[in-house]
Amino acid sequence: MKTSHGSDRVLDVVIWILVIFAVAVTAYPFLYVLSVSISDGAAVARGDVLLLPKGLSLDAFGMVTQYNQLWISYRNTFFYTIFGTLANIVFTCLGAYPLSKRDFSLRKPLNFFVVFTMYFSGGLIPTYIVVTGIGLYNSPLAVILPVLVSTYNMMICRSAMSSVPQDLFENASLEGASDFYQLIHIAIPLIKPTLAVLTLYYAVARYNDFFNAMLYLGDSNLQPLQMFLRRVLILSSSEVLQAAGTDAAAAAAQNTLKIRYVCIVLAAIPIFAITPFVQKYLVSGTMLGAVKG
Amino acid sequence: MKRSFGQRLKRDRYLLLMFLPVLVYYLVFCYLPMVGIVMGFEDYRMGSGFEGLFTSKWVGLKWFNQFFSSVFSWRLIRNTFLLSFYSLIFGFPIPIIFAIAITQLRSKRFAKAAQVITYLPYFISTVVVVGMMTNFLSPSNGVVNLIIEKMGGKSINFMSDPGWFRKLYVISGSWQSFGFNSIIFVAAIMGIDPALYEAMEVDGASRWQRIIHLILPGISETIILLLIMTLGNLLNVGFEKVYLMYSPAVYETGDVISTYVYRQGIESHKYGYASAVGLFYSAVGFLFVVSSNYLSRKVTGSSLW
Repeated sequence: MKTSHGSDRVLDVVIWILVIFAVAVTAYPFLYVLSVSISDGAAVARGDVLLLPKGLSLDAFGMVTQYNQLWISYRNTFFYTIFGTLANIVFTCLGAYPLSKRDFSLRKPLNFFVVFTMYFSGGLIPTYIVVTGIGLYNSPLAVILPVLVSTYNMMICRSAMSSVPQDLFENASLEGASDFYQLIHIAIPLIKPTLAVLTLYYAVARYNDFFNAMLYLGDSNLQPLQMFLRRVLILSSSEVLQAAGTDAAAAAAQNTLKIRYVCIVLAAIPIFAITPFVQKYLVSGTMLGAVKG
Repeated sequence: MKRSFGQRLKRDRYLLLMFLPVLVYYLVFCYLPMVGIVMGFEDYRMGSGFEGLFTSKWVGLKWFNQFFSSVFSWRLIRNTFLLSFYSLIFGFPIPIIFAIAITQLRSKRFAKAAQVITYLPYFISTVVVVGMMTNFLSPSNGVVNLIIEKMGGKSINFMSDPGWFRKLYVISGSWQSFGFNSIIFVAAIMGIDPALYEAMEVDGASRWQRIIHLILPGISETIILLLIMTLGNLLNVGFEKVYLMYSPAVYETGDVISTYVYRQGIESHKYGYASAVGLFYSAVGFLFVVSSNYLSRKVTGSSLW
């Protein structure tokens, strides 16, 4: 429908500029990183690459993918992500289901028990003493167990479960279905969209976890990808070049940047591959968390 | 047919069984560390494990006195507060403006694409974000300094300049989260009754008037709710990001309470002192969350949980 307001055209233009600017600012760093990672090393060293790739050379990809430590940390990350997320979802459902039952006898005290941890925590040092005290230092469990449940996510799961029509449970109960049966066959199938979002949140948190690994995993054979990335990207470790046996300083100088950006590309691929597909769930899941709570 | 509490417990035995593993998790990883708070009042010896919590010498408020009389306490409190405060002031309005903008686009496909692209950075790890920032801003081969030099400027050593730390923290934080944070506002705008739009159109209102008089009031409740939630977490500065970004050169503006606790405790093994500082931090955080929850109940009629 055409409107007669002249100011509408101005507003339209402003909005377009705003959105295009936002998209450009978001996308540019990723495009630039990708361009550098596949450009010719000499062009990168001259500073010619600012947006689009110049020349084409995949040598840095070759160097990085031949580096053993990358694959060790990648493997560890996938292990922690898959098993960690699985454990997250199981524990979240086990906790959320009883709390979603309106007539559960201990609903109130247990709810308080859980929610209180969102208000107050023992802090870094006592947690560190506990985790290392039960013998988890340098154990894969040290990155999985301390973050088994996110209380916030469990609250989202709880409210999704309590919005399932309660007579479904009552009928099943009358027919003799146990609570475990009801959780698995009624509650979980009906809150699939919420669980999809929670799985995404948990998996991304697992994939991106750096904090627990830094605290509890000293052994580089157990360390996840993020620890490797920190060494290469932030601490300027030249381990990849050394492993590749690059001797000429000149070759090293023009390759360090490319190698770092190749690492970013390799680390971002799984995230960029998954997240766009969950958009339709993302909106409903986020709404649940923030509005209903 | 009212059942006694004992009968109800018996009826709920499977629910209780189900909750048991979760209970154990919370006891070990959340409540046991709360017991560990006593370390803040003790001269905890390194390597004395759990037993150390009960056998170490009691020193009362010694560590608290030491912290508050040290030259660092004010700097740490100020830095923690300012990083959060600037993130809020700068970071909070952007998702709202962006959400209004994309819902006003006539091309729905572009709007959707813009939404997907802008929320992607939210899922990128802090290590990668700080890694990109460090390399982009590098004075030797960073792209930002390359551009500055191409335009005839002098390259800036951003990451080791205390004057830049807060700006970089806030801008990169906003860059990473504005798209994701806008999702909820977009959903709120979509939830406004279409009949109201039509009514405004019939009245001959411009699009600008529509934004001011329909959309903003329509999402004001969401805005207030999220603002209160953000205020509750105001002092929760991301440890990870500060830790990855900072260096001794920028402690003046970049060192926050949580990173100080980490250095004192984990790196220098002053467990008692670090726990005391951490306890102070947790206590202040507790006050913020409780008051924001109270505020939320007053203002919106619903508490957060």
